[in-house]
Amino acid sequence: MSTHSTRLAARLMVAPSVILLFVWMIVPLAMTLYYSFRFYRLLTPDRTRWTSFDNYTWFLNSPDFWLAIFNTLALVGGVLVITVVLGTLIALLIDQPVKGQGVLRILVIAPFFVMPPVAASIWENLFMHPQNGLFAAFARGFGAQPILFLENYPMLSVIGIVSWEWLPFATLILLTALQSLSSEQLEAAEMDGAGAVSRFRHIILPHLTRAITVVILIQTIFLLGIFGEIFTTTQGGPGSASTTLPYMIFKQAIAAKDIGRAAAGGIIAVILANIVAYFLMRGIGKNLDA
Amino acid sequence: MARASSPRRMILTTLAAWGVALLIFFPVLWMILTSFKTEASAVANPPELLSASWTLENYAEVWARSDYPRFFWNSVVISIGSTLLGLAVAIPAAWAMAFVPGKRTKDLLMWMLSTKMMPAVAVMIPIYLLFQRLGLFDTKTGLILALMLMNLPIITWMLYTYFKEIPGEILEAARMDGAGLRSEILYVLTPMALPGIASTLLLNVILAWNEAFWTITLTTTKAAPLSAFIASFSAPQGLFYAKLSAASTMAIAPILILGWFSQKQLVRGLTFGAVK
Amino acid sequence: MGQITLKSVRKSFGDVHVIPGVDLEIRDGEFVVFVGPSGCGKSTLLRLIAGLEDTTAGQILIDGKDATDLPPARRGLAMVFQSYALYPHMTVRKNIAFPLKMAGLSEAEQAKKVEAAAKVLNLTAYLDRRPGQLSGGQRQRVAIGRAIVREPAAFLFDEPLSNLDAALRVTMRQEISELHQALKTTMIYVTHDQVEAMTMADKIVVLNAGRIEQVGSPLDLYHFPDNLFVAGFIGSPKMNLIEGAEAARHNARTIGIRPEHIGVGSGPWEGTVQLSEHLGSDSFVKVQVDGIGVLNVRAGGEIGVHHGDRIRLNPEPDKIHRFDADGKAIR
Ligand SMILES: Nc1ncnc2c1ncn2[C@@H]1O[C@H](COP(=O)(O)OP(=O)(O)OP(=O)(O)O)[C@@H](O)[C@H]1O
Ligand SMILES: [Mg+2]
Repeated sequence: MSTHSTRLAARLMVAPSVILLFVWMIVPLAMTLYYSFRFYRLLTPDRTRWTSFDNYTWFLNSPDFWLAIFNTLALVGGVLVITVVLGTLIALLIDQPVKGQGVLRILVIAPFFVMPPVAASIWENLFMHPQNGLFAAFARGFGAQPILFLENYPMLSVIGIVSWEWLPFATLILLTALQSLSSEQLEAAEMDGAGAVSRFRHIILPHLTRAITVVILIQTIFLLGIFGEIFTTTQGGPGSASTTLPYMIFKQAIAAKDIGRAAAGGIIAVILANIVAYFLMRGIGKNLDA
Repeated sequence: MARASSPRRMILTTLAAWGVALLIFFPVLWMILTSFKTEASAVANPPELLSASWTLENYAEVWARSDYPRFFWNSVVISIGSTLLGLAVAIPAAWAMAFVPGKRTKDLLMWMLSTKMMPAVAVMIPIYLLFQRLGLFDTKTGLILALMLMNLPIITWMLYTYFKEIPGEILEAARMDGAGLRSEILYVLTPMALPGIASTLLLNVILAWNEAFWTITLTTTKAAPLSAFIASFSAPQGLFYAKLSAASTMAIAPILILGWFSQKQLVRGLTFGAVK
Repeated sequence: MGQITLKSVRKSFGDVHVIPGVDLEIRDGEFVVFVGPSGCGKSTLLRLIAGLEDTTAGQILIDGKDATDLPPARRGLAMVFQSYALYPHMTVRKNIAFPLKMAGLSEAEQAKKVEAAAKVLNLTAYLDRRPGQLSGGQRQRVAIGRAIVREPAAFLFDEPLSNLDAALRVTMRQEISELHQALKTTMIYVTHDQVEAMTMADKIVVLNAGRIEQVGSPLDLYHFPDNLFVAGFIGSPKMNLIEGAEAARHNARTIGIRPEHIGVGSGPWEGTVQLSEHLGSDSFVKVQVDGIGVLNVRAGGEIGVHHGDRIRLNPEPDKIHRFDADGKAIR
């Protein structure tokens, strides 16, 4: 259904969004690239000058850098694994004939409505706080020492909080996909003597492939930039234990007021994001067709 | 794939499902309960699930101490404004991708999504400077623009998946009936895709409402929405658990209520249109 | 007016040449049917005329004016789609009024024309329903109603009846024919149904792989097929085609004889009955004829032959079609 005029119209209609996005991406990127080669500290603006690759060298040689990369990937990977696995299990559970499925669904979605700073502060103050948190109260109830979540397990704590935020999303997508699986297919498999495990393995799981793809794709997009949860809870600490790449850049820009180094970090983060995007699109992009 | 099962199994699965659902919901519930407690009861040891002395004190105090209505109004304007603007830009684009697909359409969509992978922090300084320079800093217009661009890939993608389900013949019929492009989109495509558009709208209003990076970075007071409101509350730590909970509840309540009322569209929206 | 001329019209999708070149003249008021095997380009040709696809080369004239580059909305044609393509969110009334609204008619005029069309098509009782609440036949009538209110120069139909059951198809076929007689507007109708083509058309265009094999009235095509393709395509059951010695005896590479033109009882050919199907009014008999091969014969309903019977067959001599080595008819 295309003629020259519809194709022309189509170009014109895609143009605004493409141009807007392109500008939104390229202008700041170009500026970041420019700053990344500048010595530019807000505290000493008069010493601003070109420094070739010094900012990059500093960033790449910084002892925090590889930790930050590791933390970033751990955060993305950890949350993905937790949400997909738990999401699948919960979806399988809710998909059973249960009473009050509608209300159940509302309860399960709720975390998605909670904005990141609120989610982080609920967990930090009401649950993980070493004196007044609920977890500490439980620990005391069992006669144990309260666990210092944010001090001793900062990265795991952040992963836990972010997983809680994204669990509803994963669960809901997987649940929707499950509900479109015909029961006849499962019954046929049951007739063929397939046990629960092999039914899951050979029928349910393949059916969920596309849904899992979507979960991974969308979540990765959001998780690569996670910032607010760390800012609110651990501030990247203790030390640099929970500093991710975005947070490391933030520290350079805001705490150290070193725009040049922050910009170099920004470029590195963009490159990392592109690498991840490349593998993601190549690895699972084809599952999205049909 | 709901299947028949014995009553006993039904009771067990119902119990298990409710247990899990309540566990997931519990942090929100606990926050709401705490917001109605006195500060003393909020940090009582052992914790009180239900307080002996319920109070609205915290809400009154938060209300008095901050300009909640302004933050609230900013959030409304920014989230709805950015989403509507996004829809206006994305509907034509999605029409083009769904009904006049080319060899590059899939790549274009993937490129759009990949622009979202760029960490916001990486371009924070340029955007901050640009907004300052262009007079967009701490204005609702600026935030509407920024959040529209943030969510544009998602909006386009969702609309694209919804539009693809509409048979092209119906649009061709409109063309034969004398409809120009504008009429075709306005009178035929948009009404037919209304459920999908509603889901897209809802989800993106929520995403914009909950956005807490640009909204905090690019505002100070005038245009600051609820994300900034809550950020200002969590800063002074200490023993104000009940008040923090009240402020948090006030920040998320509008969306919680909106979400619960429009559950059906939202559930569909939450799947990003990608799973049927 | 509704005179449509195609001049060397070609269409390619990338490297695929779907229509290698078509010349065709459709006179005002004619009922033209495009037939041909699946995938031969019938829909493509119709959509080229509609303007839903653009031509790779060539010209389309509507009433003498070049319409090749006009958008569909400006060609003054109406189309009825196989899937009906009704607007699901509008009532029947709004559906039929849509082209009028697009043409900028006043509400009152719209209402008048919609009422009139609804009356003709027996849709008055359903005007406030949505398409989803209608039967297939009713939907079809709404689609036709939407087409006629525009008073187009020509109607284009793309297999409009193929989603209906057999009985409804017969009624709707007759309704469309009556509509044509009443409106006297040009109609171009795509089908792969023999009966529709033979009963409705003033002129049949037989297409094969994007080329026109023959254009003519239904009886022309039946009696005087230009070539083997048309001979084999028009007529049901299919014409028997015979090669070899028997064809050589008639000075042809191939000869053709229709099943209904072979008598049973006496005659020059003898063979064994392989299968006989008795339909009541007719019997179709498949016969292995000695020295010729398998022939299909259409005989009267009361003929009592069975598997294994030996029978004699008599082809009507003046009904034998002869074709040369290129498949062209020898006349
Ligand atoms: N958009 C397109 N891109 C590529 N090839 C196409 C396109 N549309 C049609 N074709 C090809 O053109 C040829 C003719 O298609 P068309 O739909 O015109 O056939 P048709 O005669 O209407 O068949 P049917 O009786 O099955 O409807 C087919 O081989 C088809 O695969
Ligand atoms: Mg066709």
